[in-house]
Amino acid sequence: MSISLSNICKSYKKVKAVQNISFDVNPGELFGLIGPDGAGKTTIFRILTTLLIPDEGTATVAGFDVVKDYKAIRKSVGYMPGRFSLYQDLTVEENLTFFATIFRTTIEENYDLIEDIYVQIEPFKDRRAGKLSGGMKQKLALCCALIHKPKVLFLDEPTTGVDPVSRKEFWEMLKRLQKKEITILVSTPYMDEAALCDRIALIQDGEILDIDTPEAIVSKFPKTIYNLGANNMYKLIQSLQSYEHKYSVFPFGEFVHYTDKRDSFEVANLISYLEKAGLTDISVEVGQPNIEDAFMELAK
Amino acid sequence: MKRFVGFIKKEFYHIFRDRRSLFILFGMPIAQILLFGFAITNEINNVDIAILDHSKDATTEEIINKISASKYFTIKQIIAREAEIETAFKKGKIKAVLNFEKDFSKNLIKDQKGIIQIITDATNPNTANSITNYINSILQNYQQSKNKDIVMEYQIIPQTRMVYNPELKSVFMFVPGVMTIILMLVSAMMTSISITREKELGTMEILLVSPLKPFQVIIGKVVPYIFLSVINATVIVLLSIFIFKTPVQGSLFLLGAESVLFIITSLALGILISTIAETQQAAMMISLMGLMLPVILLSGFIFPISSMPVPLQIISNIIPAKWFIIIIKGIMLKGVGMIYIWKETLILIGMTLFFIGLSVKKYKIRLE
Repeated sequence: MSISLSNICKSYKKVKAVQNISFDVNPGELFGLIGPDGAGKTTIFRILTTLLIPDEGTATVAGFDVVKDYKAIRKSVGYMPGRFSLYQDLTVEENLTFFATIFRTTIEENYDLIEDIYVQIEPFKDRRAGKLSGGMKQKLALCCALIHKPKVLFLDEPTTGVDPVSRKEFWEMLKRLQKKEITILVSTPYMDEAALCDRIALIQDGEILDIDTPEAIVSKFPKTIYNLGANNMYKLIQSLQSYEHKYSVFPFGEFVHYTDKRDSFEVANLISYLEKAGLTDISVEVGQPNIEDAFMELAK
Repeated sequence: MKRFVGFIKKEFYHIFRDRRSLFILFGMPIAQILLFGFAITNEINNVDIAILDHSKDATTEEIINKISASKYFTIKQIIAREAEIETAFKKGKIKAVLNFEKDFSKNLIKDQKGIIQIITDATNPNTANSITNYINSILQNYQQSKNKDIVMEYQIIPQTRMVYNPELKSVFMFVPGVMTIILMLVSAMMTSISITREKELGTMEILLVSPLKPFQVIIGKVVPYIFLSVINATVIVLLSIFIFKTPVQGSLFLLGAESVLFIITSLALGILISTIAETQQAAMMISLMGLMLPVILLSGFIFPISSMPVPLQIISNIIPAKWFIIIIKGIMLKGVGMIYIWKETLILIGMTLFFIGLSVKKYKIRLE
């Protein structure tokens, strides 16, 4: 196992940050921690990167215990904290050189590992890190976390505050890194990114809801999802909320994801209910549940 | 070693790219030494005084001439009535009034006694004291010159000699004090700020999750400031030698070595502060309130320790600056060698070890 947690608990004073967290990450796996802000993702990262000591439970990273062998872990992992944590007054190149030096390596030595990413920020190598755009900052931070060829890479919300194009690029990079035998634990509040992981753990209020591959998690979804559209979105949601057979109603882009309490029902009944409510241009089709639907269902 | 050099290089980038801190770092010592040297002074020079002469005879005139001839006093005003004394003081310029009694000469001859009242503005007690002393000594001189021919039955003649600073230049006293403040401030405040900045910006989190050991981080933080503080100390000593003609009686090497010791003491204090403070602002406040004030007030820099109440005298012992000021005053003004200051040196070394030990114990290898 590259990463293994068993029954980890951690509280800050009276607040329980995480409770009974157990999961394993296989070598070379891209594992995602998916959950909203405050779910306890950062606490798990900090325990695994030896920055916090768990109240209960044990955890190992690359075979080392996070409490006893913290020095060994610090040598062999790469960590990118949630907040941009590089030296803003140092240039791109200086930052990278600095992190290479403290890990007793050089940019040249592991250049093949960061090449794909570094070529994108290389034109700005003399620019101070504080003056980079959000996406550039994250790419630089990833380079710095990778420069010593870590066995395990910890990325805490690497795409928060990054534009959609850069986010997509970032995930493509992670996929490529995975091929270089680096185990990656990544956290994100974005459900659409979850589908890109090998396996995910859905986490809320410090507890794990489910651990599985994204496909399996979606396939466990018990209901049929209907994508509903109409001329007036707000009125549509209101009408569905007050429908006696509704199970769940979530707005989702230009549609509303609707599930029904009954196992089977006539779509026509629903349409006529909505028409009575004064809606027009009603469209109904059976949709595919996604991770967000699964999360909402599990979090209920 | 390469790793260490890399870390120090990074620290120098931080220092040289932060123009404002750099200005404070090198501007402050120069500004302070010039301020204390030129502007803030305890010396009496050209003090404005007023005369109220009820007698207006030959003797009073002679005395007045003596006083106005000295470089210490300028006679700004002649007052006619007692009532005007108060107004003269209230205007603020006049610091002292000499009030000659009526028939001064006559009384002097008749009763062997003439009375001069010296009224001083004691809003600043130190100046008032000095003014009174200066006038007294002028009067005594005058009296002695008058009594030359008379043989008195017995006479006590005090012979005073001011050693180590015969001209009583107050800049001689300020140089050691300013040097102490600057070294303390640069070393303790700057290091504590630079360490807490890493905590505040989150970079400490990455440094912790790296093979760097805590002591390597701390030494890396401290070395650049030792270097800068030594430059500062040199600048201060050069300024005081060449601009204020302060003598350095003792060995320059000893002065340098003791300064480096005090720099290390201050750096250790700075590290200790950074283990307590979580933000740069907190570090700055603790440095200013916890270090600057005691250094100025309790180190004997401005106010003599011997005239403090006993509890404060006891407290002053735990202030490293007190011992350093004793040491450099000894070396610079008295020219003493190690045999006279070994005790103070040992105390400083002890304090340094204590601070380092405490910070190592308090230094967090994790986030909590």
